[in-house]
Amino acid sequence: MNYYLDNEVLKLQLSHPLMEKIVKLKENNFEYAKEVPIAPVDFEDAIDSYHKVLEIVGEICGDIIAPNAESVDIEGVHVENGRVVYAQGTQENLKALTDAGLFGMSLPYKYNGLNFPMVPYVMAAELVSRADGGFANIWGLQDCAETIREFASEEIKSEFLPRINKGDTCSMDLTEPDAGSDLQAVQLKATFDEQTNCWRLNGIKRFITNGDAHIKLVLARSEEGTKDGRGLSYFVYDTNDNAVIIRRVENKMGIKGSPTCELVFKNAPAKLVGERRMGLIKYVMSLMNSARLGVGAQSVGISEAAYREAYKYAQKREQFGKAILNFPAVYEMLYNMRAKIDASRAILYETARCVDVYKLWQEVAKERQLTSEERAEMKHYNKLADALTPMLKLMSSEFCNQICYDAVQVHGGTGFMQDFPVERMYRDARITTIYEGTSQLQVVAAIRAVINETYAALIEVFEKEEVPQEFERIKFELNTMRAYYEHAKNLVSGMNSDEMLDLHARRLVEMAAYIIMTYLLMFDAMRCSCNCCSLKESARHFLRLGKAICLGHLDTIQYSSS
Amino acid sequence: MRILVLAKQVPDTRNVGKDAMKADGTVNRAALPAIFNPDDLCALEMALKAKDRLKNAEVFVITMGPARAAEIIRESIYRGADKGFLLTDRKFSGSDTLATSYAISQAVKYLQPDLIFCGLQAIDGDTAQVGPQIAEKLTFPQITYAEELIEIDNKSIVVKRRLERGVETVKSPLPALVTVHGSAHTCRARKAKRVMLYKHARTISEMQDDNVESFRATSLQSKRPYLLIEEWDAGFINADDKFLGLAGSPTKVKKIDNVVFAQKANKALTSSDTDIEQLIVELFESRVVG
Repeated sequence: MNYYLDNEVLKLQLSHPLMEKIVKLKENNFEYAKEVPIAPVDFEDAIDSYHKVLEIVGEICGDIIAPNAESVDIEGVHVENGRVVYAQGTQENLKALTDAGLFGMSLPYKYNGLNFPMVPYVMAAELVSRADGGFANIWGLQDCAETIREFASEEIKSEFLPRINKGDTCSMDLTEPDAGSDLQAVQLKATFDEQTNCWRLNGIKRFITNGDAHIKLVLARSEEGTKDGRGLSYFVYDTNDNAVIIRRVENKMGIKGSPTCELVFKNAPAKLVGERRMGLIKYVMSLMNSARLGVGAQSVGISEAAYREAYKYAQKREQFGKAILNFPAVYEMLYNMRAKIDASRAILYETARCVDVYKLWQEVAKERQLTSEERAEMKHYNKLADALTPMLKLMSSEFCNQICYDAVQVHGGTGFMQDFPVERMYRDARITTIYEGTSQLQVVAAIRAVINETYAALIEVFEKEEVPQEFERIKFELNTMRAYYEHAKNLVSGMNSDEMLDLHARRLVEMAAYIIMTYLLMFDAMRCSCNCCSLKESARHFLRLGKAICLGHLDTIQYSSS
Repeated sequence: MRILVLAKQVPDTRNVGKDAMKADGTVNRAALPAIFNPDDLCALEMALKAKDRLKNAEVFVITMGPARAAEIIRESIYRGADKGFLLTDRKFSGSDTLATSYAISQAVKYLQPDLIFCGLQAIDGDTAQVGPQIAEKLTFPQITYAEELIEIDNKSIVVKRRLERGVETVKSPLPALVTVHGSAHTCRARKAKRVMLYKHARTISEMQDDNVESFRATSLQSKRPYLLIEEWDAGFINADDKFLGLAGSPTKVKKIDNVVFAQKANKALTSSDTDIEQLIVELFESRVVG
């Protein structure tokens, strides 16, 4: 089984027109190829490398990670002498991915990386998540390396980054017993030790995913006497220093192979990442955004796995003399699932592209001054990425839960048993709407883009795109949905109440999301030349789902404003 | 130490559709994807394991076939082999196992390996003859049906063999030839950086193809000589024409039957003890189990 090759629609994302710009920026206009023999010499060569490397990821996912998922779920993780012990299957997964040289995919060549943009990196995360939603965390936390690369000193970078490719894993240590959604309340203490000339960390962290990682990024209070986010700095800690004890691992509902740890820092030596006081405000926010993109990928991956299980079962299972797939009540569920996955994937890769473009310009800006045109482009994509990321996280994780719910439903009583993998996926999916900011907090982030009209402006750009005749009907209905959205927005702003805005925020964000996601899905369908994939059907179907939601939300808002 | 792997590109006969055979009874190669023979992948893995355990060992790969068989060499390099050679010549076409083993043994002599690994058999012909015949021609000791590499040093190898009714561990001095059973460990995955480094590796004939990839490969090869996959023909390996191809092949195919399995009869059984006992007896008697 190859999880990359058996999903044709993924290649469509690699061939998106914006990729040319991304690859060119990433490869420094193919200058790297002169020095680095693995660097691509032109655009096609780069895409071919992404394709070939994703093929390896797909093979390991299908042949090793997915077959291990069940035993990893049963075995879970445990603590031995203050250290985390992974399930046997998890260890095999890590070895296979490390031996294949896949860790550090997105890191620059000079740190042993493959210098891949976000798009193929996110795709790898989707594939791993489809194979095992829990293992996806351990894989995905290499995002931390990205944060180190972006903000740490060259000394820290050359100490830690080359280790990622050798298989060192990461963790982001933010949450504490009294600081969950509200990270400004973080108390773990960082003090500068003059004698050893290094920072020392003391305190407790809780709910830390992969808490016994080799490399840890820790949010800590470096400014004594402060109480808010401005007193927090970001540190990197090397587990080889043996100054952190794993007190316990949580017994969770799902993602059981991914250790969730309670940690005690005992005078742990650490290095400051970037500037003091910028920990939460700048670095964690940046890391959080990429982690949210990661949860988007995880949601799409788990959804894809659950859908495939449900479809396979519906084809095979016969009742009343025919396969249950042929009953409208069942095939409608499958249609809904398919449409939600295709729409989630469309916004997932659109967001990844936006992140790629603005971050790549940021990198260029470190070397030389950008032209005003370039700077405008960077700002544009930065704004889009910030607006699309919470929308992606909200929608894809909620859909993931709905899809897994339906996948169990399609299986009937069998789905409730542990005999089929959907039971595990249903449990694994549950966390996606919670961690890296709950759905409710995604709405808090996304409502800004409703108010400052970022979404409206994006929809306006989409409206100007010419579409072939077969998509005109979709576009026509999207215009209607947009009118609902505008109307709802005006009604809420007319209420002149912050509380009412908070109350209706999710409705407004969802309305914008259905419009934007239908557009993105339609554009994907337009670019696809094959006749076999589900994209066209999905675009039509997702439009119907979205229009019904928009009508319902508008109705609620109208009622509340009268 | 030089370790050699013999590998073959074969049509994927594991997922055979209706058009797998032509009307004349020969394999319709166009309808079946060309793959790395599965047992040979296990042989490659065993060779790479041997390399992991030894100091200064190198793994070379030889494959015999048409120009497109160079893919086997790239694939081996992606997974860790150091170098590969394509044995290709029109004179080889139509070879049976004897002619094949002659040609390959000639090439092997040229490389002077200390140890050879090859798959037990190829899924197209399923003869399992080529490995042993090469060992005979080279007067190497041979270990067949190898499942696991137990020990290896510069002078000897210890291997576990998978036999019909059990396992057997044998030791052989080097040089030796080992044929690897499909139950051995499957091959490690490709390595990302090796793929990116060697994906432009081409044979001279491939570079003459009229497409963007070969053009790119040609322009890269001047700067990166490691991207050239050597092609060897009958002359290069000092082969005597009379032992090659059809002329060198005593095997003559008299007739090929296209066997289509058809359902003959149904039998419905209940879960009663008598029915189950009857089924067990029947399965034993027909030797399906036991």
